[in-house]
Amino acid sequence: MGEATILPLELDRVSFVVGGAPLISDVSCTLAAGPRTVILGPNGAGKSLLLRLCHGFLQPTSGRVLWHGANGVDPLRFQAMVFQRPVMLRRSAAANILYALKLRGIPRPERERITADVLGRTGLARLADKPARVLSVGEQQRLALARAWALKPQVLFLDEPTASLDPAATFAVEGIVNAIRAGGTCIVMTTHDLAQARRMADEVMFLHHGRLLEKTPAASFFAAPASEPARAFLKGELSW
Amino acid sequence: MGDIGEAFAAAIRLVVGLDRSLIEIVLLSFQVNLSAVAAATVLGLPAGAALALVQFPGRRAAIVLANALMGLPPVVVGLIVYLLLSRAGPFGVFGLLFTPTAMIVAQVILVTPIIAALTRQILEDLWQEYEEQLRSLGAGPGRAMGALLWDGRYSLTTVVLAGFGRASAEVGAVMIVGGNIDHVTRIMTTAIALEVSKGDLALALGLGIVLILLSVGVNTLVLVMREAMQREQG
Amino acid sequence: MVSAIVAPAKAGVQEQPAGFAALDSRSRGPLAGDSPADPRRGNDEGDAFRSLFASLIAILLATLLASGTAPAADRFITVASTTSTQNSGLFEHLLPQFTRKSGIEVRVIAVGTGQAIKLAEKGDADVLLVHHKPSEEKFVADGFGVKRLDVMYNDFVIVGPKTDPADVKGLKDASAAFKRVAEKKAMFASRSDDSGTHKLELELWKAAQIDPKAHSGVWYRELGSGMGATLNTATGLSAHALSDRASWSQFKNKGDLAILVEGDPRLVNQYGVILVNPAKRKHIKAKDGQAFVDWLVSADGQKTIADYKIGGEQGFFPNAAKATN
Repeated sequence: MGEATILPLELDRVSFVVGGAPLISDVSCTLAAGPRTVILGPNGAGKSLLLRLCHGFLQPTSGRVLWHGANGVDPLRFQAMVFQRPVMLRRSAAANILYALKLRGIPRPERERITADVLGRTGLARLADKPARVLSVGEQQRLALARAWALKPQVLFLDEPTASLDPAATFAVEGIVNAIRAGGTCIVMTTHDLAQARRMADEVMFLHHGRLLEKTPAASFFAAPASEPARAFLKGELSW
Repeated sequence: MGDIGEAFAAAIRLVVGLDRSLIEIVLLSFQVNLSAVAAATVLGLPAGAALALVQFPGRRAAIVLANALMGLPPVVVGLIVYLLLSRAGPFGVFGLLFTPTAMIVAQVILVTPIIAALTRQILEDLWQEYEEQLRSLGAGPGRAMGALLWDGRYSLTTVVLAGFGRASAEVGAVMIVGGNIDHVTRIMTTAIALEVSKGDLALALGLGIVLILLSVGVNTLVLVMREAMQREQG
Repeated sequence: MVSAIVAPAKAGVQEQPAGFAALDSRSRGPLAGDSPADPRRGNDEGDAFRSLFASLIAILLATLLASGTAPAADRFITVASTTSTQNSGLFEHLLPQFTRKSGIEVRVIAVGTGQAIKLAEKGDADVLLVHHKPSEEKFVADGFGVKRLDVMYNDFVIVGPKTDPADVKGLKDASAAFKRVAEKKAMFASRSDDSGTHKLELELWKAAQIDPKAHSGVWYRELGSGMGATLNTATGLSAHALSDRASWSQFKNKGDLAILVEGDPRLVNQYGVILVNPAKRKHIKAKDGQAFVDWLVSADGQKTIADYKIGGEQGFFPNAAKATN
């Protein structure tokens, strides 16, 4: 099972309606392992919502979210998510990671080893015993990534992971995301930062008013967006 | 002023003299109050956590009820427990009336809603912050409750202290179900009430001062332990 | 586990489980799903909780066992009596002597006579020692008590401000004194708690042909309190009050109050003792309760009562009928 993958992920005519207002409308697409997918779109386009539908936090009003490789296992166990504002449990940096591993049923010696490993990889080893909540926001986001990394997810969802960070911390976070991807994890992130999208995207999904207007390789999206809203968005005419 | 001065003198005499009956009363007070708070904590923390994050029909009504029961009048609780434990009542066969156990039962009823209601409030706020992260990590409701209780531990110590305050300050319920029997069910508050009824206001206030000192002692101890823990674990 | 095979052609396709909402509906129980993967000791919250809750429950069990079993192991009886006897200090003098001689501990619940009788009716006391003869006789007549015996008496006094605003000082007629208090609209603090003292007070008002309740809240204050609390209030209000002599003598917060009226034969305060009827309430410790009753009216018990002094003066006067000896 370890080598099997829950991917591809298929969204089959997914809609999400709250109080009669369609926030996500009829989105169909397939995400496969490989490219880093960046979900772009102006403010209120439904980027975070789509991420949460994929991650299973929300149930589509209609349509289905299908993990074709799940084969009877709980797909959530092979995913992780990092939020715009890192959620730190009130315990040490290391304990935050140990706890996540414990929830996944990893045996203790293994937990200790993995924790030390990811703390080292994210440059947080010297902060291991510090209470997580006294770390800087940048350090906290790195810890959140370390925690996600420790779970060795097949898919990592990132919701505006650098929106609260300064450029240096943003750079560090992007480096870690790429390192995680190098380990074979599929990356799906939202951002409102076009420069970041250009740096990080292999593939772009462009959302507008809850509709998926484009899903194309990043190069062609930035060179020649197919839809009018995407063109306006790239020119900065739509508020992000 | 004279009475208050005398009261402090009486308090000092009581403490310095290590009056034997005072020690007996203090020990019984602690036994009753701590047991009641321990039981109320065992019941109230999970109940509060469940109210905070498990959705069930009637949840809102249960929250309103828990909040309302924080203000239960001790005398009413005393009366209810008395009627239940009375020889003529449904649990009369156990012969628990006028024992410390009866006092503990009454105080558990008084303290549990306080602990449950305050726990619910604290954990609900914490749950707002944690919900998505814990769900993402795959924590089920039981695990999530555990994490919330643990991460809310510093705030929850205050909740337990509030419960202890209620238990140790209360006289109406323990007077009725305990009977204020010398050497058996006489605790600080009922002893104070007795001295007041004897018109020995200085001694009563002296006992009151001792009670306040004990309460300050307990709270200081908890605060120190909590700060040590916080330094270590954050 | 919520699982849905979507298309037969794609065996193994898994629909996203219903997120967190589904956690509650998964086949495993919410807590059962949380069994630790690794039972070894550690510093995470699961272990901390287990030890915390274990210790809380241990405290609890220890206390419940200690408190729940100890009384049953001892030999004791419960006596429902009045606040006036408790406040007088008589019990602290009397009971240790009985316990020493009989090996029976006596636990006193001190409440008003009315409440004491209610306690005994419910079977929550083995012996009743109170001071309102009509109520006591009714208690026996109703079958709750075995027999009523006189034990001792002292007397009631009317206390009031030393300045004597109602001009009652030295009167030998309690009703006449009450009448003057009413005429002068001088403050009067009433127990109003259905106690023996309160019942006597109402009888005196009746003899004076005054309905004090008509003035309740004006000069007549109905406190609903025990003897001590009533005297505290009387001190604060500079009010008159009816008190038994023993409670008054022992009372420490007299303020500017003093005894104004005493010596009326109606002010005699007779105490009676009754064993609660074991035929009516099967938990009653009839044998040990009877031993206490017998001792109180015995020569030895009567002498012990007579020996009790308050401020150098005899507090209670034993008057058990010789025949019961």
